[in-house]
Amino acid sequence: MSDINSNIPEGELTNKWTKYKSSVPLVNPSNKRTIEVIIVGSGLAGASAAATLAEMGYKVKCFCFQDSPRRAHSIAAQGGINAAKNYQNDGDSVYRLFYDTIKGGDYRAREANVHRLAEVSANIIDQCVAQGVPLAREYGGLLDNRSFGGTQVQRTFYAAGQTGQQLLLGAYSALERQIGMGKVEMYTRHEMLEVVKIDGKARGIIARNLITGEIERHFGHAVVLGTGGYGNVFYLSTNAMGSNVTAAWKAHKQGAYFANPCYTQIHPTCIPVSGDHQSKLTLMSESLRNDGRIWVPKKKDDNRKASEIPEDERDYYLERRYPAFGNLVPRDVASRAAKERCDAGYGVGASKLAVYLDFKANTERYGKIEASKSGIHNPDKETCMRLGTEVIKAKYGNLFDMYAQITGENPYETPMRIYPAVHYTMGGLWVDYNLMTSVPGLYCTGEANFSDHGANRLGASALMQGLADGYFVLPYTIGAYLSKEISVKAIPTDHPAFVEAEERAKGILNTLINIKGTKSVDHFHKRLGHIMWEKCGMARNEKGLKEAIEEIRALRAEFWSNVRVPGIAEELNPELEKAGRVADFIELGELMCIDALNRNESCGGHFREEYQTEEGEALRDDEGFAYVAAWEFKEGVNFELHKEELKFENIKVAQRSYK
Amino acid sequence: MSTGNMNLTLKVWRQKNNNTKGALVDYKLAGISPDMSFLEMFDVLNEDLITKGEEPVVFDHDCREGICGMCSMFINGRPHGPKDLVTTCQLHMRSFKDGDTIVVEPWRAAAFPVVKDLTVDRSAFDRVIAAGGFISVNTGNAQDANNLPIPKMQADAAFEAAACIGCGACVATCKNASAMLFVSAKISQLALLPQGQPERYRRVQSMVAQMDAEGFGNCTNTGACEAECPKGISLENIARMNRDFASAKFVSEETV
Repeated sequence: MSDINSNIPEGELTNKWTKYKSSVPLVNPSNKRTIEVIIVGSGLAGASAAATLAEMGYKVKCFCFQDSPRRAHSIAAQGGINAAKNYQNDGDSVYRLFYDTIKGGDYRAREANVHRLAEVSANIIDQCVAQGVPLAREYGGLLDNRSFGGTQVQRTFYAAGQTGQQLLLGAYSALERQIGMGKVEMYTRHEMLEVVKIDGKARGIIARNLITGEIERHFGHAVVLGTGGYGNVFYLSTNAMGSNVTAAWKAHKQGAYFANPCYTQIHPTCIPVSGDHQSKLTLMSESLRNDGRIWVPKKKDDNRKASEIPEDERDYYLERRYPAFGNLVPRDVASRAAKERCDAGYGVGASKLAVYLDFKANTERYGKIEASKSGIHNPDKETCMRLGTEVIKAKYGNLFDMYAQITGENPYETPMRIYPAVHYTMGGLWVDYNLMTSVPGLYCTGEANFSDHGANRLGASALMQGLADGYFVLPYTIGAYLSKEISVKAIPTDHPAFVEAEERAKGILNTLINIKGTKSVDHFHKRLGHIMWEKCGMARNEKGLKEAIEEIRALRAEFWSNVRVPGIAEELNPELEKAGRVADFIELGELMCIDALNRNESCGGHFREEYQTEEGEALRDDEGFAYVAAWEFKEGVNFELHKEELKFENIKVAQRSYK
Repeated sequence: MSTGNMNLTLKVWRQKNNNTKGALVDYKLAGISPDMSFLEMFDVLNEDLITKGEEPVVFDHDCREGICGMCSMFINGRPHGPKDLVTTCQLHMRSFKDGDTIVVEPWRAAAFPVVKDLTVDRSAFDRVIAAGGFISVNTGNAQDANNLPIPKMQADAAFEAAACIGCGACVATCKNASAMLFVSAKISQLALLPQGQPERYRRVQSMVAQMDAEGFGNCTNTGACEAECPKGISLENIARMNRDFASAKFVSEETV
């Protein structure tokens, strides 16, 4: 069934990566000095790759649109990073992390990639600690772990609620070290607008200097995109305002297949929307589900305050439906369950689109332990709550502060109100085992590629994948390609392919500036987001998707005839930047709906209402859809489907159950 | 859904680029909701300006959840506005009153030149980090993480210093435009950890030298940086950096 080759090495699953590493062709040090690699994006996947390749001796150019590589959105990841260290002696292993990830992804990820990810996970923790990343520790001085959804072991390493920040600053410091040594040329406030292909191979990029508006040409023997996910296609998401699909989409238009675009992760615990002015949504880390219990009133349209609803009138619906995993079911399951309760009329808060996340029971439990430690026997409730609050504060203080700041409510006293929101995109550019896209010499790492999380990503696995790709996988696999490029001299950027790519980029910018319509870029972005959320969001169906495709096509036509971009292209012009990104989101949105319509099954984050079990769980069709849908861009805005069959030789494919 | 009824007068710094002079420009805004963030209020202003055919105000922002450090507005004379321990993006309009006049300026420091309107160039911070804000360990050289136990108190102290988001509020608020809080936070994080010891004294010298070369001012112990830091970075870090800098002359075999 496959018509694309994923280049997975032969041999036993557990030996593939080891064998690959020892047999991959190498590039000798003097050749590395003349080989140039372009890395777009400076988040975990980009910064770690840029630093590591420079350490190895390659000439690296790294690009980011922010004012500093330290601002990349990896910084906002809160909860943690998984690694199969088994420090807790709770039965964890590389196989178990591999198994949990495949199962969590609803059997839609590639076995060989996921096993490699699990294998290198332990090295990531070692590397980060060596860099001085201050991960949380126990009193004995050893690293602490916590639980995350979809697993029954404690394998998540963390730094309070700022794990992404600390890991990114680690990668950033490694990158800055190389910049200081002159081995990486850093281009901040630059946005990639085109991939340059020569004789079918990626040989550079066109980038816009966002300060001056100047269009620049940059050559590279290979190009790596670590440009993050496309959740902002929904307008409202937990992504940063600038997160975008443009680099990946331009690559797609140059021949890189886009895989499984419909797999989007809706995170169950976000602060609910408060009004039409809302520009983004804020996540409350999944780690809170370690100590927070999720509930709604048992009575419909119950308007009492949470504190006035007695215990026996509360429905702890996750504990009720999924006794084995309880509040720690995977994200897709928890999100759908919240939507189900709210749709059925049990939601809370002014909008009724929220459920409670309640810390009271565990605060009291922690308080009892603390009281006992301080020799207080039979403590009263007040003492327990006071002492327990201190424990909760130490674990999640920054998240509670953030919640209070945004909602104006005190979460230590009243339960948090939460609702699902778009958070992560499992789909992305198709890559083979080497992380190379379908364009030779063009690589894709981290969230921007599709490869490791199947149809649903487990919590604390995004940081793991970003750093695995950048520190430990790409530096090996890119050598396999570059070892054949050693005789290629740097190609001058007056080559016709550069000129032509620059013309394409300039043409789009000029068109956008000259439409001079009546509606702002945000106006179109919000309308696109609304279509996507309503018809290609947490639940999808054939009718809605068909409507969405028509609506998006109409929106695209309207955008290109009526958008208003003020100012000129030769200056710092954020509206122009946004316009280019929204233009790409509109095309991507259509492809997401096409992909969701094609996939006549439910799996992970992709829930087609027509395909569910009697209990409302996702119903896969392994006969028909155990494949990666890799879409090729065709002239106009059309897409052709290619299939990569997923073979499960080491895991028995089963109905996913967290009961 | 909340619709607001706050009326505000904004005085916003507008400056075309680094070669032109800027000025405060008045804008009237109506219908602002107390649930909006400060930046969402600016989104409303910009939408108005675009509709009227004027140029929107350029300002830096990205994550809008208080962690990326990109947002940087000087609001009524204070970096990140009137509330302690929050960034501009986490400041909400409920912290203001109907009828208020709000003055919004960019960070002001010689080392942070204005790029346009409220956007400044903070690349000096990156260059200070590149001068020594790291541990020199190449990928693949690490031992097992638990081979190096670190006392929890020490690890926690390093973490608190590492919580700096590099926004530059400390520089903006300092009458000397000193970057000592920022620089000392990174130096402290690494000086508190065993991994940071081999390069400890070399690091403090290189980073301080780069800090001076960028044109940041000196510290006169006013403490405004600590008071305005959205992440509560402590002045103790500056004391630690000063100690290390002084010691470096005696302990370090190499001077930079």
